[in-house]
Amino acid sequence: MKLKDIIETLSLRVICGEEHLENELTGGYCSDLLSDVMGNSQEGHVWVTIQVHKNIVAVAALKELSAILLVKGLMPPNETIKAAIEQGIPILQTNETAFEVAGKLYNLIQQS
Amino acid sequence: MKWFRADLHIHSVLSPCGDLDMGPVRIIEEAGRKKLDIIALTDHNSALNCEIMSEMGKKAGITVIFGVEVNTREEVHCLTFFENLESLKKFQQFLDSSLPHITNKPEKFGHQLVVNEKEEILEEIDKLLIVSLNRSIEEVEQKVHGLGGIFIPAHADRPVNGIFSQIGFIPETLQIDAIEISSSASLSQMLNQRPEIAKYQVISNSDAHFPQQIGKRVTEYFMESATFDEWQKTLRKEGDRKIRIV
Repeated sequence: MKLKDIIETLSLRVICGEEHLENELTGGYCSDLLSDVMGNSQEGHVWVTIQVHKNIVAVAALKELSAILLVKGLMPPNETIKAAIEQGIPILQTNETAFEVAGKLYNLIQQS
Repeated sequence: MKWFRADLHIHSVLSPCGDLDMGPVRIIEEAGRKKLDIIALTDHNSALNCEIMSEMGKKAGITVIFGVEVNTREEVHCLTFFENLESLKKFQQFLDSSLPHITNKPEKFGHQLVVNEKEEILEEIDKLLIVSLNRSIEEVEQKVHGLGGIFIPAHADRPVNGIFSQIGFIPETLQIDAIEISSSASLSQMLNQRPEIAKYQVISNSDAHFPQQIGKRVTEYFMESATFDEWQKTLRKEGDRKIRIV
């Protein structure tokens, strides 16, 4: 499954990284503690979080995640977007909560 | 110059998690017993007991530094310190405007009390103080430094509410004056796990919530006098000033 498939199915907004929407998704990870994400997320995961601090980009790049998905309509500050563009990490956004969107993502990825 | 003993992370009855015995009289008494030269009051997201603590410290010959333990949007706990009442009051306004209104349930979280020199209750704070501000760690750091204050991420070794657990690493753009490790942490172990902290001054305090915990961990500062100004110079490694965790 590609990033663009979940964007379309779940009507996600793309905040940055339009050129990376062909990224393959291998699964997802849901956490707001960056130390936990560093330790437990896997390459190709979409990372569901409320954390908007610019360090999320470095963590996503380090772990080679396919995208960061911000929930509850949270907007990242400019320095986070700037870092994401530099590092080539797509940032997506939904108005749903982490619980809601993670449930839908799980089903989509299982079915693919 | 000489060594001064300091415990710069202490909670009073204003912190919901602070014991009801943590009034200014008892804190000063315990600090005297533990032979501390300097203490700081660092309640969660509020400085409202600082002034009375400082006055009582003066009478007892103990320097009390004005402080607050701020909880940032990322839920990183950071110690912030101010030299005078003017900057402290400005910071209190910043806290008031940045703390979301979630009502405290004293039976669950504990009472949040502002007290006088007789430990009589002047006010009970309604807004829950332990929640995070709607300000990023950078915004808080810039505010503190704009007021001439000191900014130190607290208990960096802890698995929650420490800078490493919450945001993974220290952002290059964040200006920190030192880093605190918790009272049970070993500096050598911490340096092994996080070699990057070697470039910062590392301090440790008790994080006392109960009287007997005051002075459980102390950092000593080699400096001219027990003042905020001297402490700030010591954090900047000016002259022969130095620091040791004991």
